[in-house]
Formats: sequence, structure tokens, C-alpha cells
Amino acid sequence: MSTDTVRAHQAPPTSWIGRLRGRLERALPYEKLLPETQPAYVASWIYVFGVLTLAALAMIVLSGTVLAFEGPSWYHTSRTGLFVNSLHFWSVQLFFLFMVVHLAGKFWMAAWRGSRAKTWITGMVAFVASVGAGLSGYTLQTNFDSQWIAFEAKDGLNAVGIGAWFNVADLGQVMLVHVFFVPAVLVVIVAVHVLLVRIHGVVPPIDAAEVEARAAHHGREPGEVG
Amino acid sequence: MHAAIQVLADAPVYLTWGWVSVSVPNLIAILVTTSLLVLALVLPFPKGRHPKGRHPKDDS
Repeated sequence: MSTDTVRAHQAPPTSWIGRLRGRLERALPYEKLLPETQPAYVASWIYVFGVLTLAALAMIVLSGTVLAFEGPSWYHTSRTGLFVNSLHFWSVQLFFLFMVVHLAGKFWMAAWRGSRAKTWITGMVAFVASVGAGLSGYTLQTNFDSQWIAFEAKDGLNAVGIGAWFNVADLGQVMLVHVFFVPAVLVVIVAVHVLLVRIHGVVPPIDAAEVEARAAHHGREPGEVG
Repeated sequence: MHAAIQVLADAPVYLTWGWVSVSVPNLIAILVTTSLLVLALVLPFPKGRHPKGRHPKDDS
């Protein structure tokens, strides 16, 4: 790095981009963004469900992209299309299963402790957005089941006053909402959620000090797992 | 296989205890989720290993 570059980095920022860079560098250095080790208490199955939810989401996006490019006449009729359609459906089932276990685990752990309120809130918003993604997906099955779900949902959406602009009986609108709007919103919220986990760290269990002491007693450094 | 698909496609059987009413598929989903949560809390986590000749402490 040249002397001029070092000086430029040390000088106070003169624009909003510089101020933003400074804030990001302080809040999320590379060691926090991509850590190699985790605290000892993370060695528990309950901490696996967040990443399992992310893996299921990746599978949903991947299979959904294939479905979007090939179209309904392919995924409703061909054998490969039906397989990818089922892959998409079952990834959603696993996504919700893992997310509910992750949510329950974090709730009983009081995961909003230690300045983690925003992490908790973005998780809850992601859950609600996922319900919207699930609903729009179920109504796209184009069978009696989806028809029943759409018309039950229509009453609910009308009751809360948003049925006029989100009409689940309009298949074209639901299709576009499902393949573009909801996934885009969901992926952004999940990305913010994961970055907040990186900034504030994984929430310790209520008896974290005891777990760390036990780990140290067994010859591992406190704050280390792996 | 066909019989299994038929069971899934049929109208679900509902279990009712007083004011509680739940379909069997929903009950199965609830029990699987709850069991997974309990197992995640009680099952021991496998101990990890460091890559040969390298320890995270070496990086610091």
C-alpha cells in the first residue's frame, strides 16, 4: 500500500460514501464477517437449524429458478418437471420445519439479549415474508387445493383491507409476486439477518459462562469450537 | 405407493378432544417439529477436529 493510500485511509471521510465505509469497517471487519472459530457453546445441534434453514432456502431459490425458466407446461407434465416441482415443494416443507425449530430454539434462549433486538426482529420479519411466499406458492399449484386456499385467503386479505391490490384469485399477479417480489424481499431480509448475526455474534445460551468454563476444563480455549 | 398417495389425497381425519380439534397430518407435523427441537437440545454434538498440523490459535 502506498503512503498516499495510507494517508487517504487515515484522513477523516469527506463524503457519505467515506463515512459509510468507516461505519462498515468498524461494525463488520473481515474477522467477524468470515470467522474461523465459534464459541464453545455453539457446539450444539440447536445452533445448526439456522444454517439448515439457509440451505433449504438456497434449494428453494435454485429449484424455483429452474421452474421459472421452464414454465408451467413443463413442470406440470414432464417427468423431470414434476421432479423439480416436487423438489421445490419439499424444500419449502423443510425450510419451514427448520425455521420453526430455529425460531423456537432462539425464543427459549431469549435471543434478543445483548443488543440483538434487530437480529430477532429481522428474523421475525423473514418468517412473516416466508408465510407470504408460501401462500402465493400454494395458490400456484393450479388444482382444487390451491383454489380452496386462494378463496379462503381472499376472505382474510379482504378482511384486513389489502385484498384490492393483492388479489389471490388473480393467477397472473400471484405468479409474478411469487417468482419476483416475495423472493427478492425475503433474500434481502435474510441477508440483513445473517449480517446482524455476524456483527453481534451468535447469541450465547443462558448458562454460557458455565459451558465455556467446562470447555476450558477439558483443554479447549474459551471461545473456541471446532 | 398408490395406496399411500390415496391416503394423502383423501380428506384428513380429525381428532377432537373437547375444544381442541386437529387433523392427523397437522398433528404429525407438530409432533415431528417438537421432537426435532427436543432432540436438538439433548443429543450430544459430535466433537470436531482441527486440520492436521494447524490450530486456530496459530492464526492469532
